Amino acid sequence: MSETFTGRVWLLGDDIDTDIIIPTEYLALKSVEDMKPYAFSPLRPELAGQIEPGDIIVAGKNFGCGSSREQAPEVVKALGIRCIIAGSFARIFFRNAINNGLLLIENADLHDAVSEGDTIEVVTGSHITADGKEYQIASLPENLMEILNAGGLVKAMRKRNGLD
Amino acid sequence: MGATIIEKIIAHNIGADSVKPGDIVTVNVDRVMVDDIMMPFIVNKFHEMGFKELWDPDKVVMIYDHFVPASQVDDTRHFRIGDEFASRYGMKNVHRSDGICHQLMTEAGYVKPGDVVFGTDSHTTTYGCVGAFSTGIGYTEMAGILGTGQLWVKVPETIKVTISGKLSPNVTSKDIILRIIGDLTAAGATYQALEFCGDTIDDMTVASRMTMSNMAIEAGAKCALFTPDEKTAQYCEIELNDFQISLVGDADASYARELTYNAEDFVPVMACPSQVDSIKPVKELIGTKIDQVFIGSCTNGRLEDLQKAAAVLKGKKVSPFVKLIVTPASRKIYRQADADGTLLTLTEAGAIITHPGCGLCCGRSGGILTDGERVVATNNRNFLGRMGTSKVEIYLASPVTAAACAIAGEITEVSL
Repeated sequence: MSETFTGRVWLLGDDIDTDIIIPTEYLALKSVEDMKPYAFSPLRPELAGQIEPGDIIVAGKNFGCGSSREQAPEVVKALGIRCIIAGSFARIFFRNAINNGLLLIENADLHDAVSEGDTIEVVTGSHITADGKEYQIASLPENLMEILNAGGLVKAMRKRNGLD
Repeated sequence: MGATIIEKIIAHNIGADSVKPGDIVTVNVDRVMVDDIMMPFIVNKFHEMGFKELWDPDKVVMIYDHFVPASQVDDTRHFRIGDEFASRYGMKNVHRSDGICHQLMTEAGYVKPGDVVFGTDSHTTTYGCVGAFSTGIGYTEMAGILGTGQLWVKVPETIKVTISGKLSPNVTSKDIILRIIGDLTAAGATYQALEFCGDTIDDMTVASRMTMSNMAIEAGAKCALFTPDEKTAQYCEIELNDFQISLVGDADASYARELTYNAEDFVPVMACPSQVDSIKPVKELIGTKIDQVFIGSCTNGRLEDLQKAAAVLKGKKVSPFVKLIVTPASRKIYRQADADGTLLTLTEAGAIITHPGCGLCCGRSGGILTDGERVVATNNRNFLGRMGTSKVEIYLASPVTAAACAIAGEITEVSL
């Protein structure tokens, strides 16, 4: 099932680690909602306040490296980010994002081709269009698509346990 | 065709003759570790998923370490939620103030060679030091394991690292793993397993191997494995069985990449701010003024680390404007270092000894720094804002290098 959407780009670099996405000192806050203002604060303290629902993060390689804190993809999702497009993703962040239904797309070329504030179009499992040019993207493995389509791992488990 | 260590562990776990990289399989989990930071989130997800009981309470280990002792009022909420959960579901393996999770999991005997283990902390890769497949996961996946005892994994490719020869006295396993991370880069082993072998590795203590498996995640690795040997058996207080003895990378196994090093080529190095793969020889940084030194963490807070640092500091004084903070990784280590005089040597030199736990490493307590300050630290991450504000400069180093820097008040190369 392919989806098409457009969004405004926020451009970040390589190796955006989980301490940048949400620093340890805010992990004791009671909810991900409370953590939202502090997302990306070590790198760009103003960014969390500027992101609007539907925006897209475009980053370099190894996005989400560092700790296993699932608050990182959760806070990005809570800010309303529609998807993250990066050269590559760190392993734990990748799993955590899928389990929370946050769409991740790998593409090595887009980062150098777009500027912050650009609007790009994404057709999931197919391609991205930026400034009239198309960038091919792969679809996810089947078992991950099942979790995404179920709406995340919690919903998949609820189904297993005879709820919903 | 032969198999790598990780392929042998996964095949054994699922009862298959063999597996190959890229296979997606469901493993049966031997042990899990949950920590204080993540408990409220794990508990929420577990109940949201609709589970009524743990798959096996004896296989779950809960460890409070990041927030021990509490430094903010709200931290205690994590302990309350954890305690309620443990009591309600009959968990007995609970550590409330015994030390850092990754130290305790092998030290207290929860992990054995060949086990499949997951934890809610990225440095769960540490248990590869005894030949276990262990890696970090998020709290939603942990909640799923708590209910089902299973998790899907993709069989990783393996990078083989062979090190032969004798290390210089001022070089430790920390310098080795930092150099390897620099060579691989921070994403260089993503989705892959590291496998260490060679006579330099054979000569290493389990504690030194632990430093290397601990930091494998800093190159993106899923796990880092050492072949269990006599030292492993002694450390784990077991006799190795046939399966555990078989955990050697076969000569005809297929590797994604092979790196070979001569031990003599390693020199003392540091990871410079603010990337773990930004590695420079200490020689190139000599004279850089510092404000603080931290010796501790699940990377380098073990007895041999404290003893080596104490040997450098014996009869010397910490530079007047430098704070030296030493944090043993566990209560057991704290007591051993007390009994053998290591703590006395350190305090006579001017060190501040803090309680066992994560302490300064995760930036929650025990020596937070501020704008413009510089710290030499033995832990595993020098990310922006990790130990205070985002304008703190963190240099990662070995315990002996860190001790020498504390005396000099600036970065210096230790000679031993």
